[in-house]
Amino acid sequence: MKYVDEFRNPQKAKALLREIEKLIARIDICRHRPLSLMEVCGGHTHTIFKFGVETMLPDAVELVHGPGCPVCVLPMGRVDDCVALAETPGVIFTTFGDAMRVPGSKKSLLQAKAGGADVRMVYSPLDALKLARLYPEKEIVFFGLGFETTMPSTALTILQAEREGIRNFSLFCNHITIIPTIKAILDSPELQIDGFLGPGHVSMVIGTRPYRFIAEHYKRPLVIAGFEPLDVLQSVWMLLKQIAEGRCEIENQYNRVVPEDANREALAAVNRVYELREFFEWRGLGSIDHSGVRLRAAYARYDAERKFSVPAIRIADPKSCQCGEVLKGVIKPWECKVFGKACTPEKPLGALMVSSEGACAAYYQFGAIPRQKQGTNAA
Amino acid sequence: MTALPNTMHFAAPVRRRGTISVPTVTLAHGGGGSAMRNLIDDVFVSVFDNPALAPLEDQARFSLAELSRLGDRLAFTTDSYVVDPLFFPGGDIGKLAVCGTINDLAVGGAIPLYLTCSAIIEEGLEVDTLRALAKSMALAAADAGVSIVTGDTKVVHKGTCDKLFLNTAGIGIIREGVNLGADRCRPGDAVLVNGLLGDHGAAILNARGDMALSTAIESDCAALHELIAELLAAAPATRFIRDATRGGLATVLNEAARASGAGIEIWETATPMREEVKAFCEILGLDPLYLANEGKIVCVVPKDEQAAALQSLRGHPLGRGAAIVGHVTGESPGRVVMNTAFGGRRIVDMLVGDQLPRIC
Repeated sequence: MKYVDEFRNPQKAKALLREIEKLIARIDICRHRPLSLMEVCGGHTHTIFKFGVETMLPDAVELVHGPGCPVCVLPMGRVDDCVALAETPGVIFTTFGDAMRVPGSKKSLLQAKAGGADVRMVYSPLDALKLARLYPEKEIVFFGLGFETTMPSTALTILQAEREGIRNFSLFCNHITIIPTIKAILDSPELQIDGFLGPGHVSMVIGTRPYRFIAEHYKRPLVIAGFEPLDVLQSVWMLLKQIAEGRCEIENQYNRVVPEDANREALAAVNRVYELREFFEWRGLGSIDHSGVRLRAAYARYDAERKFSVPAIRIADPKSCQCGEVLKGVIKPWECKVFGKACTPEKPLGALMVSSEGACAAYYQFGAIPRQKQGTNAA
Repeated sequence: MTALPNTMHFAAPVRRRGTISVPTVTLAHGGGGSAMRNLIDDVFVSVFDNPALAPLEDQARFSLAELSRLGDRLAFTTDSYVVDPLFFPGGDIGKLAVCGTINDLAVGGAIPLYLTCSAIIEEGLEVDTLRALAKSMALAAADAGVSIVTGDTKVVHKGTCDKLFLNTAGIGIIREGVNLGADRCRPGDAVLVNGLLGDHGAAILNARGDMALSTAIESDCAALHELIAELLAAAPATRFIRDATRGGLATVLNEAARASGAGIEIWETATPMREEVKAFCEILGLDPLYLANEGKIVCVVPKDEQAAALQSLRGHPLGRGAAIVGHVTGESPGRVVMNTAFGGRRIVDMLVGDQLPRIC
């Protein structure tokens, strides 16, 4: 596959791993403990497990799988709201695929669909808008979800609906913002992260500048990383190089996609349509100030929360869940009390077991393979 | 091809075959009266014609003595087919219903002989569509040397089924000495497939059209009993064969690992897959290891027969792309581990449900 295989070249991976080993030999911390590097984005977690990147890294580097899976961090109460919307007579509820299985307090969207609700999987909010044109007698609700990566596309869909005068389309907005979330993790007193792999596609929208405070104030290096396995390895190498050289900067490994400046047009659409919520509830992390957005009053008629009555009942995470500690890197997924017992991908208790991008589900599914096995690959 | 044993012959009643003149199936065709009789005659009996079906009794009858000459055990299976769309590149629901059930018999080492055909039809289906599908079933059965010997039709209200559901049950005979089972896999055994994986799953997803992608991927739908018969002759100690249908290679390997308590290790670079299928999955965020196949088997054979098995598979037109994809190990019992092309290792687990595309 052109433009893909180049970024999955096993020889280049080996060369990078040799360079990583050399850097580790120069880093003092590595003599006492492994370095903890957090990948913020669920897309990176997916790559790391799909290609077995973690099993290739030396023991001196540990990856902590962060909060960047928008499906995982969605609180149960919001899923209940989705189900209530989907079960409203006359509504076609549209969603990205992996949100279908997320459990609410009573049921998931998949179960609501089985019960007769009209729930449809789409690949883009524009597909939902297409349904609105196709079924003028129905109300089409799109489940808006994700960080700054998906925010512009839903904003532009709202603007398109407005231009066309489409009235039977609305958005159930659960968009979240990355910076307050990273800040919440950095402010945690138990924090044990030596550096970050920064989100690639979020940065394509917001640029590289908003991360500066992480290096300047919190003294942690961050490398914005692409999503192919070589991108991840190279970004790890760049982080180690900074640490070895005593630098602490924001670097951009994914410069084939991410510019230094923000994407002005995308951000203009986002700012026109959305405003910050005072706070947003996260599964696993609790309430984080200014970490979510909602539609501005000018677009109220496209806001499913205002158009329909949603229960909006807050449901606390189960007490036995240790998702927050896993997210902050304090414990490993398998060290959680309920991992693989009360909490499995079939019956997830905690946020991180929900989507395949969640750290716990990824460990459960792709498995933690002992690293010493990496030498036995010869066929 | 195995000759069918003679079925007991009945003097078929001489009567004129009914025909249908209306363009669509209606509830009247399910009412048990002459309209139903006409539908069965016109659409099914006319193309399935064979001595066991001809008397149109409520059951087909076979001579036990004839059957027992072929082997010492009867294999009996059933499968329902609900694929949407009814016609897709490389096949249709009719061909699928015949090949799928033949394969379910064949992977147990059975010689497939007889199939049933049960059709649940949504009112409003075009009669011509039904005729084309019945013809496709008849053709696939004739190609495979099996007979469709009894059947049933039901017509249901609009909206209570999706155009057409088919069920085929099948019986076959297992030769003496053939013993296949997932629990028989042992460390050291080789794991083989008979060709490119994922074509059917990708073709169906693509044929539904909602992905708005254009590819030329065709379903691999095919009856594999002859390929399997040749394999069993070349590698008689074969431990286990299964068709990698829903859930794909990954699911079959997990079933084998769990049933045998052994581990299975595969190499991504050894897994045959079309570039188009890989790219299709890449765009949609799917894992091709879990894509359905309808003409692919996974077989586990002892190490000393792996070369013979591979040669046998490659010698058959439906096994040209056969490959050894991995082996059974004594490590990580019950689990499937893949060495990725990138150089890492990962566990390939069972899916909880369907694959769902990722958000970003």
